[in-house]
Amino acid sequence: METKSKIEPLAQPLKEKILNEINEQVMKCYQCGKCAAGCPLSGEMDYTPNQILRLLQIGDTSCDDEVLRSYGIWLCLTCDTCHSRCPQEVDFPHIMDFLRSESIKRRKVHPKAKEIIAFHRSFLECIEKTGRLHEVGLIASYKLKTFNLLQDVDLAPKMFAKGKLEIFPHRIKGKEAIARIFEKAIKEADND
Amino acid sequence: MTKIGYFPGCSLNGTAKEYDLSLQAIARFADVELVELADWNCCGATAAHSLNSTLAVALPARNLAIAESMGFDEILVPCAACYSRLAQSRHEIKSDEKYRTKIPQLIEMDIKGTANPITVLDFINKYVLGKLKDNLSNKLNAKFACYYGCLLTRPEHLSTIERREDPLVMEQIVQLVGGMAIDWAFKVECCGAGLSVVRTDIIGKLCAKILDDANSRGADAIVVACPMCHSNLDMRRNEINKNLASANTLPIIYITQLLGLALGIEPNKLGFDKHFVSTGKFLHKLQKQTMEV
Repeated sequence: METKSKIEPLAQPLKEKILNEINEQVMKCYQCGKCAAGCPLSGEMDYTPNQILRLLQIGDTSCDDEVLRSYGIWLCLTCDTCHSRCPQEVDFPHIMDFLRSESIKRRKVHPKAKEIIAFHRSFLECIEKTGRLHEVGLIASYKLKTFNLLQDVDLAPKMFAKGKLEIFPHRIKGKEAIARIFEKAIKEADND
Repeated sequence: MTKIGYFPGCSLNGTAKEYDLSLQAIARFADVELVELADWNCCGATAAHSLNSTLAVALPARNLAIAESMGFDEILVPCAACYSRLAQSRHEIKSDEKYRTKIPQLIEMDIKGTANPITVLDFINKYVLGKLKDNLSNKLNAKFACYYGCLLTRPEHLSTIERREDPLVMEQIVQLVGGMAIDWAFKVECCGAGLSVVRTDIIGKLCAKILDDANSRGADAIVVACPMCHSNLDMRRNEINKNLASANTLPIIYITQLLGLALGIEPNKLGFDKHFVSTGKFLHKLQKQTMEV
């Protein structure tokens, strides 16, 4: 008689992945709260930086899930205030970068973060195609992704008048090389 | 004439034209030729490091490799955000074996990490200040709030600035040109940077605090050294003013424009006409006081 266990093997806790893959130790945090006090956006976040670290320290599946589903990881500006003031030198912005890509990989992105990701994607698509950022193309692509059609229409005429917007993108000569960098980097991320 | 590599980045080609104009003007004065990196690409900015860590190292690395192939050991990167990405990429390649082997394959170029990115403040300190004293033609008799934002002072391993909670590099420049640098509380706070389009409401809140503090302490202008800080503080004024009791009219000036004025360069050659928030009253005040002197 086969005795197959119905209990799924435990997923590797995020804190271990963070240690193995980006060499950051969440266990160093002793909850002094300096990161949350200095963070310009902790008032807007569902979990403040120190709370994210505590959830990661606990390390069970439901706490890891809370972290990956949080909105706060998408609001982080990478301003590095938390890191520069941390008495334990936890590089929290580095951890945030890891959490964002992990959240996408495991399809746990907070619904409100979809627009932020759409913007990042539009930005990268623009670079992938031309090698440089083209504001008009970026905003057009972002609007199509999110249907925020009226956003920033008030700024555009003034920017044109001041010579700050180009209608057509500049395509660099090495744009094929850029496209290959994207292809290889994306393939690598998918294989992780 | 000294030649150094120049990475303008996407902003200086577009929304921050006045930064490029004024930087080129003071470089000419300092007898330094800024040689644009041939066929440079975008650094990847917030988008790359938020979504793909390999891309975040590889995109800036291509620019570092181009600079090396052109024989430069220094690259001036006037955008603080681009600076941070280029310097971080170089740091990863130099310190992480994984990237040292992987990046040349990705960018299809050799890279040793010999080209060193420098900020505009490094550039001014190294190439401009020594020549400034004997060439000052205007004393800029006004009060300035020097604003560093995030990426000029942080993270520590990429910054060349000391006292990261209360840096004084720009204050020293302001004093050299005859201005008064005010003491204020928001010089290293974040403007909201990359959320400018998606969460403009947040930019409004963060920049309102910055502008309000500078204003209440009597500043005539805020001095910046980053095009992201500039565009948020200058172009987002409608959104910012929603968070203030009365509309804030403080102009936002690049440190390079400030130096240009002190050297007697015409304001329109420094791009003062390209600002969203009018610089007229500020320039008029400076002119009046110069005449009185």
